[in-house]
Amino acid sequence: MTTKSQALLNWIDERFPLTSTWKAHLSEYYAPKNFNFWYFFGSLALLVLVIQIVTGIFLVMHYKPDGTLNASGIPVAFASVEYIMREVPGGWLIRYLHSTGASAFFIVVYLHMFRGLLYGSYRKPRELIWIFGTLIFLALMAEAFMGYLLPWGQMSYWGAQVIINLFSAIPVIGPDLSLVIRGDYVISDATLNRFFSFHVIAVPLVLIGLVAAHIIALHEVGSNNPDGVEIKKKKDANGIPLDGIPFHPYYTVKDIAGVVAFLFFFSAVVFFAPEAGGYFLEYNNFIPADPLKTPPHIAPVWYFTPFYSILRAVTYPLFGLDAKFWGVVAMGASVVIIAFLPWLDRSPVKSIRYKGPVFKIAVAIFVIAFALLGFLGVKPPEYAFFGVIPGAPVAQICSVLYFAFFLLMPWYSKIDKCKPEPERVNFK
Amino acid sequence: MSVDQKMDSGRRNLLLATSAAGGVAAVATAVPFVASLTPSERAKAAGAPVEADVSKLAPGEMMTVEWRGKPVWILRRTEEMLASLEKTEGLVSDPASDRPMQPEYAKNQYRSIKPEYLVTVGICTHLGCSPSERLKTGAESGLGADWPGGFLCPCHGSKFDLAGRVYSSMPAPDNLEVPPHQYLADTLLIIGDDGKA
Repeated sequence: MTTKSQALLNWIDERFPLTSTWKAHLSEYYAPKNFNFWYFFGSLALLVLVIQIVTGIFLVMHYKPDGTLNASGIPVAFASVEYIMREVPGGWLIRYLHSTGASAFFIVVYLHMFRGLLYGSYRKPRELIWIFGTLIFLALMAEAFMGYLLPWGQMSYWGAQVIINLFSAIPVIGPDLSLVIRGDYVISDATLNRFFSFHVIAVPLVLIGLVAAHIIALHEVGSNNPDGVEIKKKKDANGIPLDGIPFHPYYTVKDIAGVVAFLFFFSAVVFFAPEAGGYFLEYNNFIPADPLKTPPHIAPVWYFTPFYSILRAVTYPLFGLDAKFWGVVAMGASVVIIAFLPWLDRSPVKSIRYKGPVFKIAVAIFVIAFALLGFLGVKPPEYAFFGVIPGAPVAQICSVLYFAFFLLMPWYSKIDKCKPEPERVNFK
Repeated sequence: MSVDQKMDSGRRNLLLATSAAGGVAAVATAVPFVASLTPSERAKAAGAPVEADVSKLAPGEMMTVEWRGKPVWILRRTEEMLASLEKTEGLVSDPASDRPMQPEYAKNQYRSIKPEYLVTVGICTHLGCSPSERLKTGAESGLGADWPGGFLCPCHGSKFDLAGRVYSSMPAPDNLEVPPHQYLADTLLIIGDDGKA
């Protein structure tokens, strides 16, 4: 470095912790050297967040959150999305990047969470990272849900109708609460405008704050790795973990490879199949919102369907409260329970590499149950596999298995026959 | 410990009082923000009654009118449709309409003022989808050979009979709501106004 730029850096460092921050989070943040491909999804989630924010900023320049009808009898909000798609130069691309980005966000986040589950990344001392992560997932669900209302199509309208009515199932305060959320007695322009406000300002701010907390907590305790052993236990004379390598340049460069692979698939969807067969953009949402007619088949976007299936699976009233209320409780619990994983897992080892057969079978059952719940969630309630096996009881069994995976974990993770953990990470 | 000994308790109390007053002010400031989330005066004023002319409705036909942003169905029931209500009596969870989902004058076996015309809000009492009409009976309806005609909610599969009564063990807890309404003439209805409220 030239003396002049060094002098400038010194000038800044005396006033702002630039070099020390760079070192603490990048050039001298020591990450385990044995990361595998599962470790791409954290940085990819960050990339998708940036894509969503940038495309979102440009969409807001043309979008109008207005539920009233224009001169041709089409809701203004719906028409403004069509305007972006047909008349704004490049608008179609920005919009497809944003809509595909929503699904991509959930794909990478689900894989990122599953990585944590496989390698025990939620275990001590990373409980807070995991809790921040669960909160990010919750914020992401809120963000996606409110964003979905904005195109003001049939699925936007009726999806919001169903989810807001969930809150009215809460005893005593429920009906007033859903009134405050809607700002009207029905989903209306008032609802659209407040969802727009939350979607573009409030929730993104919360999301960015939580992501910062997630990363700060991670860099405080250090990253886990596929072997689930702490690299900080073995350090060299300089106090640097023997199995650690600086995040920059090693993982920044490695993550570029992940970004390239991700953008390859992402672009393929954006350019060739932005609707993804009706899963990323539902066909019914190309029909303007009609408060008088629910589409014959209504289902949430794919990333909500496992939880939606759990909601539908509860059909029994209990303790004098409606099945509807318990369905809402079950759906809420199915997300919140994830946060408790650090205290449910009592296994002596972290990584699935050293866990015994019981845990591996439990994870396999969990994955199958989750996938089946997701699959059934996009199907109508009377769906039957091959036309013979009714879907409703299958969803009920899968819901029980979903909760059993978490609630029985303190026992089955304890009795499992684990292999001994190695002293240091495996690295070839 | 010397710091503690020197603590000026008068100043400490002032500090606490100031913080408390500031806290009260902060909470009070939140009130208008929360209030702004509730329905506006304009939203409250909306919802005038609507008239519906049912003279052109043939037996077995249904029409939809919008009242307070919600669909209100008017179904002109045939003799067979009315007869099916006896069959469904044992299948529905609130056959006698004991729960307050209808005005007093519609608390009868047909849940209507005139047996022929069913007037009901077409919004499922589960999560607010609008059920679809499945008026055809039997296997043709796709709901089994013994389906007597009624409504099916596309969202979570709740079934209702031709009086808007919900079948037992369905996600929906209540019968479809019967809105306040009255007949201005033989075939002219007004919805949202029954001359009582």
